[in-house]
Amino acid sequence: MGDPPPAPDPSAPQPSSRRSSQVSEQRSQERAQLPPAVPDGVQQMPLDAQVLRSSQEILESQANLQSWSQGASLSPYEQLAMFQAEEAQLGGMEYPSLNTGFPSEFLPQPYLDGGGIQVPGNASLMQQLQHGRGNVFQELESAYQEPRPDLLGQFSMYQREDLQFSASAQHGPYMSDDPALQFSPSELGFMSFSMQVPEPEPRELAVQNAKAYLLQTSVNCNLSLYEHLVNLLTKILNQRPEDPLSILESLNRTAQWEWFHPKLDTLRDDPEMQLTYEMAERQKALFVRGGSGEGEQDMEEEVTETAVPNIMETAFYFEQAGVGLSSDESFRIFVALKQLVEQQPIRTCRFWGKILGLSGSYLVAEVEFREGEEEVEEEEVEELTEGGEATEAHGEEEGEEDEEKVTDVIPKPTWKPPPVIPKEESRSGTNKFLYFVCNEPGRPWTRLPHVTPAQIVHARKIKKFFTGRLDAPVISYPPFPGNEANYLRAQIARISAATHISPLGFYQFGEEEGDEEEEGRAGRDTYEENADFEGIPVLELVDSLANWVHHRQHILPQGRCTWVNPLQKTEEEEELGEEEEKADEGVEEVEQEIGPPLLTPLSEDAEILHTSPWTTRLSCSLCPQYSVAVVRSNLWPGAYAYAIGKKFENIYIGWGHKYSPENFNPSLPGPIQHEYPSGPEIMEMSDPTVEEEQALKAAQEHALATAEEEEEEEDEDEDEDADD
Amino acid sequence: MDAESLLLSLELASGSGQGLSPDRRASLLTSLMLVKRDYRYDRVLFWGRILGLVADYYIAQGLSEDQLAPRKTLYSLNCMEWSLLPPATDEMMVQTSVVKGRFTGDPSHEYEHTELQKVNDGEKVFEEEVVVQIKEETRLVSIIDQIDKAVSVIPRGALFKTPFGPVHVNRTFEGLSLSQAKKLSSYFHFREPVELKNKTLLEKADLDPSLDFLDSLEHDIPKGCGWTALLGADF
Repeated sequence: MGDPPPAPDPSAPQPSSRRSSQVSEQRSQERAQLPPAVPDGVQQMPLDAQVLRSSQEILESQANLQSWSQGASLSPYEQLAMFQAEEAQLGGMEYPSLNTGFPSEFLPQPYLDGGGIQVPGNASLMQQLQHGRGNVFQELESAYQEPRPDLLGQFSMYQREDLQFSASAQHGPYMSDDPALQFSPSELGFMSFSMQVPEPEPRELAVQNAKAYLLQTSVNCNLSLYEHLVNLLTKILNQRPEDPLSILESLNRTAQWEWFHPKLDTLRDDPEMQLTYEMAERQKALFVRGGSGEGEQDMEEEVTETAVPNIMETAFYFEQAGVGLSSDESFRIFVALKQLVEQQPIRTCRFWGKILGLSGSYLVAEVEFREGEEEVEEEEVEELTEGGEATEAHGEEEGEEDEEKVTDVIPKPTWKPPPVIPKEESRSGTNKFLYFVCNEPGRPWTRLPHVTPAQIVHARKIKKFFTGRLDAPVISYPPFPGNEANYLRAQIARISAATHISPLGFYQFGEEEGDEEEEGRAGRDTYEENADFEGIPVLELVDSLANWVHHRQHILPQGRCTWVNPLQKTEEEEELGEEEEKADEGVEEVEQEIGPPLLTPLSEDAEILHTSPWTTRLSCSLCPQYSVAVVRSNLWPGAYAYAIGKKFENIYIGWGHKYSPENFNPSLPGPIQHEYPSGPEIMEMSDPTVEEEQALKAAQEHALATAEEEEEEEDEDEDEDADD
Repeated sequence: MDAESLLLSLELASGSGQGLSPDRRASLLTSLMLVKRDYRYDRVLFWGRILGLVADYYIAQGLSEDQLAPRKTLYSLNCMEWSLLPPATDEMMVQTSVVKGRFTGDPSHEYEHTELQKVNDGEKVFEEEVVVQIKEETRLVSIIDQIDKAVSVIPRGALFKTPFGPVHVNRTFEGLSLSQAKKLSSYFHFREPVELKNKTLLEKADLDPSLDFLDSLEHDIPKGCGWTALLGADF
């Protein structure tokens, strides 16, 4: 009871111990009452000797905690005392006694007040504890109420200390400004302990050891298990998740993670979000209406025709068919197209589709320039190439002259590269439309170059994914002439030619036709809209494929839409190549390639593996009156077309590859070239080996040596003769 | 995608061009709820759609409490009436590997495949051409199983393994941060782990047994083009 603190007192200034001794003295006097200065709402409980002991221990623990939170290290005594207090509670203190234990702990420092349990003293201590926090009474009240409803003794202990912790302002997210925590003890259960008299020495020692162990800071960080458990439990109490036991581990992990990754303060930018912010900035530019004129005038101008199609309507119809991008992406595409139309001199524009790639996708717009606009750029490109050819030819002629002077002329190879098939003119055939691509709405549109027949021929042989960067090289066998921009353009051309369809009758041939004979071979390549088109009922469109026609020209195996005889040389080539022409061994006959003419119905398309290359569907079978007819290509997965009434549209969203039932096998390299045939003129022999050479050399030396010996003998003979 | 968050997931996955028309979406929402009630699944996932010539198959999967237990697969032609599919076996896979081409869309359709089989007739051994009938349903089952094993992916932290064995959905999973989302190692295959035991001891020491109990995507072959993680609207 009035005993002095049980453990030995090594360190000299122990204000807590003195305080406790004072407390114990006073407690013994005021057994049955709580100090009158204690505010209302506090229950008055009888005191016990054990209470006293525990109370003083608690006081010590509080004080110790306070000092700890202030950064002081705990002396063994203090630790012990703290632990004793907790242990005592663990041992089963009665609820009321605990209560009384508490208030007495907030005793003022004896030096300040001269002892006595007083509210102002409490207040000052509280203030000390909270570093100047104002809500003394609240704290006191909570202090009274806290220990009451506890499920487990440990729980309560941590709660109390948690209070101390929160008061210390050391942990950001665990500030005790959560009123629920302070004022809702009724949610927690009722704790009932039975009093036990804690035995002094061995138990204290055990408790002390356990506590010291818990307070060890981890090797990796400054966090101790004790502190972490406090954090965790506070978090659980703050969030009150359902069935916390089952998610205990996850909560544990999250609490640990949060300790090391505090939320950055608002003054600094979150580095992770930079990417998304940039994207949003770019797209914001799209939504700003261009031009600075007065509002009304601009509105009127804009309401008149614009080259940008009604993308939202198309997107709606495709959505009925189960195809297409989300509606906000469609809208962004619309605004991006509008931007494109403003930047370039465009007559008609259409959203062609989206090609997916590994690191990024392409949005493709199909445009037609106004008359006369586009050729300027084309001419520049052509001049460059022609200039290059001229210089090359010149270089060759000079080289030939030099060579003739040298006696040993390297035999010229008889192999000639196959003649280059000229690409089609702009606005015709495969190059009828111009294509612009961008990676995402908001980025600048890039124009794709025209496609050459060689590129189309090669594109048919390879199958590569697009990466999303236009300048990426296309590494393949046979080597593709160009980079990804060219490959993309070639695939777009193939897809357009194969899958752009329209209902029968929407387009018709123009009335002015030239000689049918001439044009019959080449195929008509112009069409115009039929003003009298009245639309085909949706059911008929779905039933029969003959109601749909291709309105893009088929690409011949040559790579062009109109056939060109590759052996017809242009004038320039004839001048340069006169000498070489004579060496030609006759012109090979090339057959003209003919493809299906324009506006052929889909029913004429070739089958793949006994299945039709097209699939037709009604968009919704539950309401056929308002459905849309949808046609899906089986040859190019991702190509769709819809038609309803007088409206129709095509779109492609996919990876840009043709369907093949087998896996793709890259073409094998060509056969190995034959060796030069050995004939009487040139015989191939193997070089002599080192041994043979050495043997020859030895033989020669030997022969020399014998020859010299013979000479010497002859000389000697002559000498002897001479002597004789 | 989970039946409960179907609409949101459809919006997010729309970048590839495949979507569902409004009538299908509405019917899915209602019918998946009913499936969940009738079969008493813990979670019902809308697996996807397989295109066929005449009709398309809509596939759903039902999961029990233990997320890694074998799932029940259901298919429907109109998103309203669902039928259970038999579980996949290895023989099915072997059998259907010879069928090529598209699905027809008729579940009772049978593919005919002629095989040369050696028939022992007493002492004679001769080869006979046997026509094997393979049902489209079998092919459907094995294709779904193959696709699941190859590409079913889950982010790290979404599931956790309890010490008793079953795998549960992690209710405290708040998603991956931006930097984590770009790394392939934060995604796992949602199937029985195959490569986990092949890891070295050093690697295993860094793993967290409650979260890292599945194969990661990092070591999939072919590297570089097997998987790419794209952020935002880039896909």
